[in-house]
This record gives sequence, structure tokens and C-alpha cells, in this order.
Amino acid sequence: MNVQSCKWEQAAVLGSERLAPDIVRLTVAGGPAGALPGQFYMLRAWQGGEGPFLSRPISLHDADAGTRRFLFQIKGAGTQRLAALEAGWPLTLTGPLGNGFALPDVLQTAGDRPVAVVGGGIGTAPLLYLCRRLHAAGKAPDFFAGFRDEPYGLDAFAPFAGRTALATDSGAAGHRGLVTDLLEPAAYGIVLACGPEPMLRAVAAKCKAAGTPCLVSLEKRMACGLGACLGCTIRTANGPRAVCKDGPVFFAGEVF
Amino acid sequence: MADLKTSLLGIPLNSPVLGASGTAGYGPEYEPFVDYTRVGGICGKGLTLHGQFGNEGERLYETPAGLMNSIGLQNPGVEHFIAVELPKMLALKQRYGIAVIANLGGHDEDEYVEGARLLDASGVDIIELNISCPNVRAGGMAYGVRAEAAGTVTAMVRRVCQKPLMVKLSPQAENIPDMCRAVEAAGADAISLVNTFQGCAIDVYKRRPVFDNVFAGLSGPAIRPIALRMVWQAAGAVRIPVVGLGGIATGRDALEFIMAGAAAVQVGAASFADPRAMQTVAEELEAWLDRLGFQTVDEARGAARG
Repeated sequence: MNVQSCKWEQAAVLGSERLAPDIVRLTVAGGPAGALPGQFYMLRAWQGGEGPFLSRPISLHDADAGTRRFLFQIKGAGTQRLAALEAGWPLTLTGPLGNGFALPDVLQTAGDRPVAVVGGGIGTAPLLYLCRRLHAAGKAPDFFAGFRDEPYGLDAFAPFAGRTALATDSGAAGHRGLVTDLLEPAAYGIVLACGPEPMLRAVAAKCKAAGTPCLVSLEKRMACGLGACLGCTIRTANGPRAVCKDGPVFFAGEVF
Repeated sequence: MADLKTSLLGIPLNSPVLGASGTAGYGPEYEPFVDYTRVGGICGKGLTLHGQFGNEGERLYETPAGLMNSIGLQNPGVEHFIAVELPKMLALKQRYGIAVIANLGGHDEDEYVEGARLLDASGVDIIELNISCPNVRAGGMAYGVRAEAAGTVTAMVRRVCQKPLMVKLSPQAENIPDMCRAVEAAGADAISLVNTFQGCAIDVYKRRPVFDNVFAGLSGPAIRPIALRMVWQAAGAVRIPVVGLGGIATGRDALEFIMAGAAAVQVGAASFADPRAMQTVAEELEAWLDRLGFQTVDEARGAARG
């Protein structure tokens, strides 16, 4: 993280859409200002004691020159409040935070081989901006998406992904089963993944077996998002690391 | 504009607002958000002689107007702190004039003494002795409940410590005035209070406690009135300076602690909710002093005690 580029700001909500009963896409004024795919912001839409005590860490879903988008699942009181935001309402953002996917390193690692992006459920959220940036760099990735049931938000990936492969637990759409059933890492120069931990472990195991480098983006409960509270510390091959500051993106071999 | 400048144990402070241990990192984490020329100092994350990972399992749990934590004193150890983290704190001191306060915990008396000996030879301005961490088995809290035990460890550290020594008390102390008098008599130069309150949370789905240690430390605005009561008691019990903390999130909160007799205040969990909190508390405090006709923060100290 370039700590000097992150800041606290207030920005206007430009719009909010429901992609599913519990899935919200929020559009906020202001461009990403150098944010990397995989970075996140602490979002807050309440003041003082009128809402939850803490802000909520939400990854950057997509961005263009003048807007940022956030895709999140309603899980509790905080995301409920964020879901109730309407166009014109203010929102405070602290960020961008975390390390994100370092694109030059990803491209260099991939070399002349293709890139695979693997997402599970709401873990697909940070991957749209990742696919957009990879596409812009001339490396449109293959996109593997897994959902429990009805998928959401996939249309947005189409312009930036080479091939899209879909799996659902229920069989509602695509392959009935796990997204990892569809992934053959040997065909790729690097695999980039975000989703539930069991999925990430399975992706990492397949990549390890195939000898393909793999980056995973992790999720943990956070209080500050800045590396100060030490609430999101994990054990890694390189010692204790803060998911918020040293991650959320790690080499799979470092964390699994 | 009222003058926020003050001093603590002979150390000049930009303002009476300090960053509380465990919530301010070692300072650089908040540099993008806080104008440190408005902040008096930073209490670094709690240290132990040897580094430790801290607690396994869930470490955070949000509550109404508060936060429970069970970090378990994750820290790199005193020697690593002095070699790697302290230079960053001293660079902030150089740039912004903040006081550098090292917070030291321990598992036994020997660890406290050895840690204090190392810190005493370093560039820190003040040593804050943490006898109050609720999240480490026998990790300081053992000394934070009984006045006699607190006095014993304070006296042992005092013997090896030339630097100003501030003892951070637990709200779990059996009796706050007795505890304050015991550490004062043992040679403490100042007292800070309160550390977090022990609380508990149950995961009803899993039918077991949220935290591996069952109990965890509660902080945030939820504890503020109780913390303020204890700061009031402390300021009435001893002659040495009392630094107040516990749920301070606004300048008005800070002024309440100062009017109760606090020499300075610490902003803790509020920095998690808003990374600008140390600065905004200081600036709001300044505005409150102006509104109430105080020329300096020193004039307001103890104003509520008559």
C-alpha cells in the first residue's frame, strides 16, 4: 500500500441497485485515483453514535475516471445501512487500503501465458476491476465464477473476460458443482482468486499441483483497516501478517 | 483560540490529546489522516520483552457503541521495537513534536524489569507500564487487580527506570483509589486509566463464546461514563498526574475528563471508527475551551471539582 495515496474523504452516492435480494451495487462519485484492483475502502454512512461503531471494509468493485463502484452482500447492521443509501446522500471513505493485485508483477509472472481469474459468490466483487485492468493491459483473463445458487453481476465481466466459466452448487446456472471443477491451472501463467476460504484452498491446491503461481485475496473482520488494531492478523510462512495492510492479496503458498 | 499546549511529566505536548496504546499503531499508520502537530503524543502498541503472536481465533467483536477485542498483546518484542519501530516514532517526533510513549506489558516481574531496563536506555520519552491487559493469561492483569501486586511490580520497575513512568490501570482493579495510591507510593510518576473492561460475547449459532479466551476487552463510547467516574476517583486520590481514557470520541468527551482532573487524555477505539479522531478531538476541544471562555487547557483542568 502506498500509504500516502490513501485518504479520508466524503463523496456523494450516485446510485444504488439491487442485483439480488441481498446484493447491492453502490456507485460513488470520484475516480479511483491510482487504486489497484483488490484494494478496499472503509465505508461509513452514519455519524457519531447513530449507527454501528466501526466502518465497513468493502473492496473496490469497478471504477472509471469519475466513479467508483462497490458490490457487497447485506450481512448485518452496517451493510444494511450502506444498502439504504440513495443517490445524493453522503458517504465517507477511507482508502484505498491494502496491497491489491500488483498488475506489473501479475503480467510479468504470466509472461506469454493466459491469466485465470476465479471468484466465488460475493468474492467476485473485486475481480471486475481486476478483469477491466487486465483487459486494458492487453491480457483479457479467463473468468471462472462460482455461486451457491442464482449468479449475479456476471454481465459486467463479459467485455473484459476472454472465456467465462460458471458453476453453481444448486445447478441453477452453468456447471452443477464447484468452480474448481472447471479450473485447469496448468493452462495458465497465473491464477488470481477471491472467494470463501474453502474455495481458495481448493484453488491453491490445484495450482500447487500444476506448478502455477496463485494469488488469493482474503477476508477477515477488521476494525481500522490500517494495520493498527491487529484484529485481522493471520499466520503466514513469513510470520504474522495483517490482512488489511500486508494483504488482502497474498501468494497462496504464503498463507495456505 | 485557546492554547492546547500543555506538558506531562516535563515533556511538552502539542495538545493534551494522545493516541492510546493498541489503537494508534506506532504512529505512521495515521500519518495520512492526522495532523500530528495537534496531537500530544502516541502510546505505542503494547510490548512484551519477547515478541508474541497474540491470540488465536476471533479477535474483534462490535458491540453497541463499542468494540470488544482479544488481540492478546501481539507485538514484535522490545528489542525489535527499539531497532525498527522506535525510529519511526522518533521521526514523527522530529517532524511534528509528538511525545513518544512506549507501553510495556509482561508475563512476570522479571520480564517487566528487563523490558523496562531496555526501554529506559532507548529514545522514548515516557514508559507506560501496562498492568492491565485483560487478554493475556497472567499478562499484566494479574498485577492490575490487587493494589499490593501493582505496587510491587511498579516498585521493581521504578528501580531500573530513570525515565518518566506512567502506570496504566485496569478498571478491574478491586478499588481504584487504593490502587492509585499504591502505584503512587511505589514510585509511579503518573497514572493512566482505564484499560478495557472485561466482557463476554456468545456466538448463538455455534453455541459457544465468540472469543477463544471467553472474555475480551470492551472499549468505545459504551464505557465512557464508567471510565470517567474512575478518572474522577483517581484524580482525587493522588497528587501525580492522571491521564484519562475510555471511550473518548469528541472534544466534549475530552473536556469532561479534563474537567474531572485529567492532565491529558488518550483517544483509543475512536481512531478505528474515524482515522482522523486524534486530530478532531483536539480541534473540538479547542473550540469548546473557546466557547466556555478558557484561555488554556490548563485552566480547565479539574474545573468540575470546585
